[in-house]
Amino acid sequence: MSRRREDIVIIGGGPAGLAAALAAREAGIRKVLILERDKELGGILNQCIHNGFGLHTFKEELTGPEYAEKYIQMVLEQQIPYMTNAMVTGIEVLENNDKCVTAMNKEDRLVEITAKAVILAMGCRERPRGALNIPGTRPAGIYSAGTAQYYVNMEGRMPGKEVVILGSGDIGLIMARRMVLEGAKVHCVAELRPYSGGLKRNIVQCLEDFDIPLYLSTTVSEIHGKERVEAVTLTRVDEHGVPISGSEWRVPCDTLLLSCGLIPENELTIGLGAQMDAKTGGPVVSEHLECSVPGVFACGNVLHVHELVDHVSAEAEKAGRFASEYVLASESKTCKSEVADASERREEGWE
Amino acid sequence: MKQYDVIVIGAGVIGCAIARELSRRERRIAVLERASDICEGTSKANSGIVHAGHDAMPGTMKARMNVLGNARMETLSKELDFPFRRNGSLVIMFEQEDILKLEELKARGEANGVQGLELLTPRQVWEREPNISREIAGALYAPTGGIVCTFGLTIALAENAVVNGVDFFLNHEVTEIIPPAKGAGSIAIGGYRVTAAGTQFEAPVVINAAGVCADLIHNMVSERKIKIVPRRGEYRLMDKNSGSMVDSTIFQLPSRLGKGILVTPTVHGNLLVGPTAEDIPDKEDVATTAEGVRKVMEMGAKSVPNLDGRQTITSFAGLRAHLVTEESKGSDFLIEEVADAKGFFDVAGIESPGLTAAPAIGEYVAELVNRAYPAPEKADFVSVRKGIPSMANATDEQRRILISKNPSYANVICRCELVTEGEIVEAIHRPLGATTLDGVKRRTRAGMGRCQSGFCSPKVVDILARELDVDKSVITKNGTYKGNQNSNILTGYTKGWQPKGEDNGKDVLKSSEKEVDYE
Ligand SMILES: Cc1cc2nc3c(=O)[nH]c(=O)nc-3n(C[C@H](O)[C@H](O)[C@H](O)COP(=O)(O)OP(=O)(O)OC[C@H]3O[C@@H](n4cnc5c(N)ncnc54)[C@H](O)[C@@H]3O)c2cc1C
Ligand SMILES: Cc1cc2nc3c(=O)[nH]c(=O)nc-3n(C[C@H](O)[C@H](O)[C@H](O)COP(=O)(O)OP(=O)(O)OC[C@H]3O[C@@H](n4cnc5c(N)ncnc54)[C@H](O)[C@@H]3O)c2cc1C
Repeated sequence: MSRRREDIVIIGGGPAGLAAALAAREAGIRKVLILERDKELGGILNQCIHNGFGLHTFKEELTGPEYAEKYIQMVLEQQIPYMTNAMVTGIEVLENNDKCVTAMNKEDRLVEITAKAVILAMGCRERPRGALNIPGTRPAGIYSAGTAQYYVNMEGRMPGKEVVILGSGDIGLIMARRMVLEGAKVHCVAELRPYSGGLKRNIVQCLEDFDIPLYLSTTVSEIHGKERVEAVTLTRVDEHGVPISGSEWRVPCDTLLLSCGLIPENELTIGLGAQMDAKTGGPVVSEHLECSVPGVFACGNVLHVHELVDHVSAEAEKAGRFASEYVLASESKTCKSEVADASERREEGWE
Repeated sequence: MKQYDVIVIGAGVIGCAIARELSRRERRIAVLERASDICEGTSKANSGIVHAGHDAMPGTMKARMNVLGNARMETLSKELDFPFRRNGSLVIMFEQEDILKLEELKARGEANGVQGLELLTPRQVWEREPNISREIAGALYAPTGGIVCTFGLTIALAENAVVNGVDFFLNHEVTEIIPPAKGAGSIAIGGYRVTAAGTQFEAPVVINAAGVCADLIHNMVSERKIKIVPRRGEYRLMDKNSGSMVDSTIFQLPSRLGKGILVTPTVHGNLLVGPTAEDIPDKEDVATTAEGVRKVMEMGAKSVPNLDGRQTITSFAGLRAHLVTEESKGSDFLIEEVADAKGFFDVAGIESPGLTAAPAIGEYVAELVNRAYPAPEKADFVSVRKGIPSMANATDEQRRILISKNPSYANVICRCELVTEGEIVEAIHRPLGATTLDGVKRRTRAGMGRCQSGFCSPKVVDILARELDVDKSVITKNGTYKGNQNSNILTGYTKGWQPKGEDNGKDVLKSSEKEVDYE
């Protein structure tokens, strides 16, 4: 087990975590550490190779990886330390109000880091099939759109050939175009609501330009196929989202992609005992982006799902500044009782 | 022709329990299973309840095997290292007039030898289980009720059988059985000739543990035909957030409204609600239905009103092997040497409480076989087995030790269930190791959590490909009776893909790819 001591630990190395780290460093905090469970920094942006990022922040249209790269470069220039392949498994509040963050990775094995403040930037995940409760069989060929995006954009592999997409959020729309460009047939996009949740430009550029039908007020009411998906049944729904019996039709396909919403990834936050907001799925925060647990800040998709990464970056900068203010304020307090504090720490075996 | 002393057909919990018990003696044993993995039938989709034993009629095989199996489960769970907890169960009733039925259940349980049964008032129930409906009129408490990991139990039995010399043949569907030829004085010459996947096996003893298909196997050798009807049960599995809504298993007293839906914690801390009961024609049809999952929720909420359907992380269905009999008194387990097929043993109609009964059925069938076909005891029988270490359940100290021995125990692959690379690699290289995503899932829980493998499946595919030394395009979700060629995760390559020759299974994108916006 290795132990470290930091001023601010940032959990998640996506756009939120990166911008927060930079802001904290700019505010004069020396000891900042980013923990990222993936093998590289950048978060979900790494797999978003389409463009449309950064119009606000950089006044130019970038792809996801390009946008991430700009922040990663700044983090490298500032020599802000980070650990990749490092999964944070728990956060605890210590008696003196410091936080103890436990992470695991192959190189450093188990790591315990004490910090004055923690910034939560864990992003979000996609809503899985189970949560949608689609009846039918459970064969291979059902993926969340983001998983399919990972296979295609990160691994160069195709998850299917004949595709139906449920949900018309931006990820679903972008994946419709992507799958077509890579040689698959996308039969349609079905959307439960009477309108699409995606950006207008994505509907035009990803569906209309490729003649992919978008069926509104429609859902997948059954999945067929024993081993691999063989077909799905689509059904029209009424204004309450209830399937209209008799309106079903069957679409043969080998793949169903689900793009039915994102859920902030808050296991750690809940474990910490922070108060949660049932509406956003994120923690309740003050105007300083501070959770109900003092010294714990949140930003980006872990707080609530953002449409644009530029907003994520802007929010994260604030979180970085507020966390820095918190650290500086607590430092001026601890100065007075420094002697006592240090001996206490030695006893606990920190450092 | 492969020669054996005993052939077991089916590698569900029953076939595996029997194989393990038979392996205590010196004999060659083959288990033939049509799926590409063990535990792919009913044994993977049930309630995971270790029933106390008050349901079955006194004197039936069901009653006997249930109570004995329940008694064995705890010791077995220690010997073979699988998750089991004696959490107690409650049968709740909603109408005071049902008290007679509850008393009858208690009397029946006592006749079956169930210890500690107790009738509780509503107040006593709420003290134990504050989330139970205020509408209840009382309950029967069974302290010996328990919960078990159904995969854990089945896989443990199978692994231990392998260690004791049993040969498993996966992807081996039995399609034909030719009974021994009769010589002078009807003495059998040779054994049963069993064809599976084009291979011939021969043994004087055959055990039919083919679950819902046990009738098809039986009818290959006997003139007295039997029929098994698949009775489907649908479930919802809820997020661990809901896992502590109840601590005991909550059954509903069967009433005019139906057989009732149970609500139970699982050994892994989720909440399970189900099952429905519906006779269906297709022995493979484990699809869920809109009606079924709706009913599960509606009926479950009668017991636990705060049940939240939005916490569902998956739904699934399993098939009970319901033996159709002429008598109206309900069907019993059929465990016997078939009258017109000497050496052929049926273990059929093993519906609930088959999982509970498995350890007892294993012992009982071994006794039947030992009596008719004796064999010397094995001096070196290995009775214990160690499971795959679980990082999720390990203490900090245990984690430290595991990681210091093998750093891949620090590489988290499944974030929801905290499963690491070390566990997955071990699951692949064990006896009867995992070869599919579902195989890894059943052995380690990777992909069983709230995101249902969205996050970890690409990583697990990579590890499987690397460890099995194959390209990841051949990795499948599961293997059904046709083998596992059709449930592939990946169907091909993108246009920009280029294999990196020497680096099998770890292909990379062209380096230029991320920079160009080639859409
Ligand atoms: C398909 C898709 C298309 C999009 N298109 C656009 C677009 O066109 N324009 C636009 O502006 N925005 C777009 N977005 C939105 C934008 O990408 C997100 O809003 C942004 O990435 C969110 O940033 P984040 O840092 O909050 O989360 P993420 O990028 O998800 O980063 C969170 C990071 O935290 C890490 N992490 C999580 N838990 C732990 C833990 N326990 N320990 C260690 N690390 C952890 C994760 O691995 C991840 O790297 C798109 C998003 C998607 C998914
Ligand atoms: C909805 C439901 C809930 C249940 N709940 C409980 C419970 O809570 N507690 C309890 O004690 N019991 C319960 N049970 C019962 C329990 O699950 C079963 O009794 C038990 O799993 C049966 O095991 P098995 O090995 O006989 O069958 P299976 O697990 O189905 O195994 C049979 C095997 O035979 C193989 N096979 C079939 N045909 C062939 C062939 N021709 N060649 C080769 N192999 C073949 C199959 O592939 C399969 O793997 C429940 C059952 C259901 C359906």
